[in-house]
Amino acid sequence: MSWAAGTLVLLGALLAFLGSLGLLRLETFFERVHAPTMGTTLGTGLILIGSMLHFSGIEARPVLHEVLIGVFMTLTTPVTYMLLVRAALHRDRAKEEARSQARAEPGAAQESGR
Amino acid sequence: MNTALLIAQALLGMAMVFAVIRLLRGPRAQDRVLSLDTLYVNAMLLVLTFGMKSGTTLYFEAALAIGMLGFVSSAALAKFLLRGEVIE
Repeated sequence: MSWAAGTLVLLGALLAFLGSLGLLRLETFFERVHAPTMGTTLGTGLILIGSMLHFSGIEARPVLHEVLIGVFMTLTTPVTYMLLVRAALHRDRAKEEARSQARAEPGAAQESGR
Repeated sequence: MNTALLIAQALLGMAMVFAVIRLLRGPRAQDRVLSLDTLYVNAMLLVLTFGMKSGTTLYFEAALAIGMLGFVSSAALAKFLLRGEVIE
C-alpha cells in the first residue's frame, strides 16, 4: 500500500514539475497555456489518489474526501483557462488595432500597453 | 514512502520556482496570470504532500481553501483582462 502511494505521489509531482518547466520554456503564450494543464489534471489526480491510499492505510478505513478537491479542480480549471485565453485573444486584437491605427496616423495614437 | 515524499516535495518546490520566474519575466499580463494560477496549483499539491507526511487530515482543508482561492483570483484577473472591470 505504502509504496503504491509513494509512486503515485512521485509521478504526480513529476507531472506538475514538467508542466511548470513547459510554462518556463515554451515560446508563445498560446503554447504556454498547454503546459500547466498536465499538472492541474493528471498531476493533481495522481497525488490525490496517492493521498487517498495513504490515509486509507493509516486509518484502516476508506478515506475518500480528496475526491472533493479532484471534482473542484476538474470543474474550475477549464473555466479559468478559457477565460484567460479569450482575454489574451481580445488583448492581442486590441493591440493589433492600436498598432494599425498608429501606422495610419503617426503620432496620434499611443500603443496600448502591457 | 518518506524518500518518495521528499523527492516529490523537491520537485513541487522547483515547479513553484519556475512559475515565479515566469511570473517575474512574463512579457504580458496574461502570462503573469497563468503563472500565478500554476503557482497556486503547485502550492496546493505541496500542502497535500505535507499533509501526507504529517499524517493528519488538517492539511486537506488548507489545500481545499488554497484551490478555491486560486480559482477565484485567477478567474477575477482573467475577467479583468477581458473587460477592464471585474463585476459589470
